[in-house]
Amino acid sequence: MNSLHDLLGGTSGGGGSSFAELPGVPRLGAPIDPSAPHGTTIVAARYAGGVAMVGDRRATVGNVIALHDIEKVFGADDHTIVGIAGVAGLATEMVRLFQVELEHFEKIEGVPLSFDGKANRLSALLRANFPQALQGLMMLPMFVGWDPRAARGRMYTYDGTGGRYEEHRYAALGSGAAYARGALKKLHDPDADEHTAVAALLQSLFDAADDDAATSGLDLTRGIMPVVMQASADGVRRWSDEEVRDLAARIVAGRAERFGGPKGAVL
Amino acid sequence: MYVPPEQLMLDRAEFARKGIARGRSVAVCKLDAGVLFVAENHSTTLHKVSEIHDRIGFAAVGRYHEFEMLRVAGIRHADLRGYSYDRTDVTARSLAGAYSQILGTTFASSVEKPYEVELIVAELGQQPSDDVLYRISYDGVITDERTFTVIGGEPERIVEAVGEGLSGDVGVGEALRTLARGLRPGTGLGAAQVEVGFLDRRAGRRRTFRRIEGDELEGLLRG
Repeated sequence: MNSLHDLLGGTSGGGGSSFAELPGVPRLGAPIDPSAPHGTTIVAARYAGGVAMVGDRRATVGNVIALHDIEKVFGADDHTIVGIAGVAGLATEMVRLFQVELEHFEKIEGVPLSFDGKANRLSALLRANFPQALQGLMMLPMFVGWDPRAARGRMYTYDGTGGRYEEHRYAALGSGAAYARGALKKLHDPDADEHTAVAALLQSLFDAADDDAATSGLDLTRGIMPVVMQASADGVRRWSDEEVRDLAARIVAGRAERFGGPKGAVL
Repeated sequence: MYVPPEQLMLDRAEFARKGIARGRSVAVCKLDAGVLFVAENHSTTLHKVSEIHDRIGFAAVGRYHEFEMLRVAGIRHADLRGYSYDRTDVTARSLAGAYSQILGTTFASSVEKPYEVELIVAELGQQPSDDVLYRISYDGVITDERTFTVIGGEPERIVEAVGEGLSGDVGVGEALRTLARGLRPGTGLGAAQVEVGFLDRRAGRRRTFRRIEGDELEGLLRG
């Protein structure tokens, strides 16, 4: 533990507002542990008044389901959301560090970081994990939120080297991402309202779970619902389990009627 | 030339006290609704009152660059503790102790100039009876305050002026008006001359500190 005296010096401005660069913040070593749980699928989409992110609840170790109710979508601060896929231990630790990083900057500087500033910091934290990624401990975040300056919802995806890419419609991450993206391509409507956007995201998660063994779907039997978070001008809100279950029940009922979900016109 | 140690300490205390007395004062009080910080401050960007952690607030008077450095160190201390252990393990007591060590050591050092600052560290408890209010003076002395405290120039006069006007069950608006009158006798302080922070017991979120400003502040000052 640092004494307060070590922490003196370097006032606001310059590099003094970063928490992650403080001495003593543990840098994780690089143990190669193939048995670490992996998080699976995260999806996000923009809608008229903001952006929403949905994450399934499964973590796997190889072909075994390690956890049925893990949470992989988190509020990063009052206006942003971060979701994770890959090695769960490293990823949740990175989220924890990222949350403190954002709040730390805001407290020291008196104003929050810009949206791009936040996305950039996440890049740097991710890049610090690059050696572990090379050793097989790969994890990736997705970052979305309300940008008060641009007055719209925004989304960023990342690659293992810390590269960040702005997404303008929808995004998916993790083992079921390809299937979810396919569904979102047909269902997503950027002008729709929040409820419709979340419905499209849950549909895409259903499709991901349909084809990817590592993704959990809408578990109505036990009431283990995907985590749904939404960011708008009013801030970040997490949907209650009841809200998610109501919508999920309608989606599952729809699938009982029609195998592939909602029908679109071919031409 | 020989200077007796008693004289040396008196001189250093005199030096620090003079620096502090030049600045405008800050008053902090415990209420049922939370902990209220009221500072006379004509700047809207150079703060005297600030958030340290989820339930901990900070107020300071004296030299700006000195207390700003201490404020930043305090935030680092709190965030490191919260990250290393758990957010609930960050306490005002540990922070006040760390501040006291720095101020006390520097005050007694023969090579450094004493800090010309006074600090308040307050923590919001789960119940009003658990609230904590520490005053830390330039020489590192910590005082555990019961209901309210003042730092800066003429604290005794302000304490006297506020007098019995404050008790726990007073509302935020009334407490604010009482303190604003106490800080500037006669006219009282207007919204442009006052900086107000509040650790809100009913915040309903992890971070309880917020600034009371703009229309809300004007409304509360008007009563």
